[in-house]
Amino acid sequence: MKLKNNFERSIIAGVLFVGGLLVSLPFIWMILSSFKNEREVLSIPPTLIPKNPTIHHYFELFQNLNFDVYLINTLIIVVFSMFGLLLNTMAGYGFGKFQFRGKEIWFGIVLMTMMIPGQVAMIPTYLILNKMGLTNTMAGIILPGLIAAFNIFLIRQFMETIPDDLIEAARLDGAGEFYIFFKLILPLSKPVLAVQVILTFIASWNSFLWPLIIANDESLYTLSVGLALLQDQNVTNYGLQMAGATFMVIPILIIFIIFQKYIVEGFNMSGIK
Amino acid sequence: MHKLSSRMTPLLFIGPAVLLLLVFSILPIFIALGISFTDMNLMGLANWSQVNFTGFENYLALIKDKSFLQAIGNTFFYVIIGVPLAVISSFLIALFLNFVSNWLSTTFRIIYYMPSITNIVAIAVVWGFLYNKEYGLLNYLLSLLHMDAVPWLDDPFIAKISLIILAVWKSNGVSMLIFLAALQSIPNTQYEAADIDGANRWQKLRYITIPSMSFATFFVTVTTLIGWLQFFEEPLVMTDGGPLNGTNSMALFIYQEGFQSNQFGYGAAASFILFAFVITATLIQFKLRKSD
Repeated sequence: MKLKNNFERSIIAGVLFVGGLLVSLPFIWMILSSFKNEREVLSIPPTLIPKNPTIHHYFELFQNLNFDVYLINTLIIVVFSMFGLLLNTMAGYGFGKFQFRGKEIWFGIVLMTMMIPGQVAMIPTYLILNKMGLTNTMAGIILPGLIAAFNIFLIRQFMETIPDDLIEAARLDGAGEFYIFFKLILPLSKPVLAVQVILTFIASWNSFLWPLIIANDESLYTLSVGLALLQDQNVTNYGLQMAGATFMVIPILIIFIIFQKYIVEGFNMSGIK
Repeated sequence: MHKLSSRMTPLLFIGPAVLLLLVFSILPIFIALGISFTDMNLMGLANWSQVNFTGFENYLALIKDKSFLQAIGNTFFYVIIGVPLAVISSFLIALFLNFVSNWLSTTFRIIYYMPSITNIVAIAVVWGFLYNKEYGLLNYLLSLLHMDAVPWLDDPFIAKISLIILAVWKSNGVSMLIFLAALQSIPNTQYEAADIDGANRWQKLRYITIPSMSFATFFVTVTTLIGWLQFFEEPLVMTDGGPLNGTNSMALFIYQEGFQSNQFGYGAAASFILFAFVITATLIQFKLRKSD
């Protein structure tokens, strides 16, 4: 439905603008407050633009609050989540391009796991990891989140659009199965993988609950867990809290703004229409 | 030899993923069901002989547990207010985005999507500050309008509303993109035909746009409903269920029993009650869709 009237179009743009301002208000407030000193951040009436901008809070995060350790842990989780994505992609390819016994049943099991509420699996997963001796380890934080049924499902949908003949031709040329997968299938899957990489990155960068449950040791905390800790400890130092939050949010926003085109295409591609 | 290896190939591809899913998604369901009939707690974790089979005792205790019943009530409150708000607001945003020019639409799409990718703890920190009764921006803005300060997170009822506002803000992005994809796939020829028939804008919305988006609406409603039934992170990081248990949800109750009180059996039983709600709600939705 198109609007032909310029006046109406500007009203709608105006409504979107006001809405957008409301939506981004918390972000603006967060960034501006992170540069205020401790007194100014609590001043009434509040100032919008910091009067004496300071980056002191950002230094404090790294010098006194171990945010460097949390950052490294978070990046480790990000790297392993990409390995998980590779496993998801392999599974999606396996389900999309091979015929084998029990395929429907196995795929049904994969889909079933999507319906299980996270809270049901939470306690038993903890018990399983405890039995394996993996609580309070990086492996325990990483393992349960490696595979996501929804990703396998989306990737399989994409794999089914790749022509069989192409794979057959490569096989006749004597290419091994893994050679075909890495040299032929992965480059062809770029559009769907681009979305998956971004969403996987965002999810693992934000990982909070599972590290909170599994890690007792502060050396294993992620940025989110560290930030939650900061919130508990520094009830009134909002400037410091805002700096921590900004540090968590800004990298994600930058990556998202650069790659958002692919996410939108990904939604269009997934066929939810 | 060659035959064997080609039969093994698909298993090599799906094997690792399926194995991890079996261990960390399927197996936990059976364990959860098992321990929901026991009195397992922290002592049982160290020594399994301490775990006793108690039958339906946990379930019977749960339906008498005042704080669990309150958590169920709160969860329904979240669902009844939150789901329609979330679905309608993301629908309206998508509809409006579809009206404006391309570059405006792209810019606002990014802005409206931003909260969805933002870390929940960062959100809690920032919104906790906005909602602060004395130093928060929201009460300051209200004071400019000569309105009284609102106890955003200090009153059991208002705190529920505050969490809903925050959650709608956060969740709009994804639903909006799904609606937008659906809107863009409606062929323009349908609207042109309606124009020739002299349909007004409201009629076009009512008879073309909304029916064409029935699947997207169904999809968004089902996923939103399931999400709100499991409402968890917002009360966890913002209020920890308080004040006076006023913002506690079923999912948060499970977490508190399981990991704060270490009552694994009791928490697992509560998680199966939540599971039952989720399945029932999903089945009802699919039934309604079929009868459409």
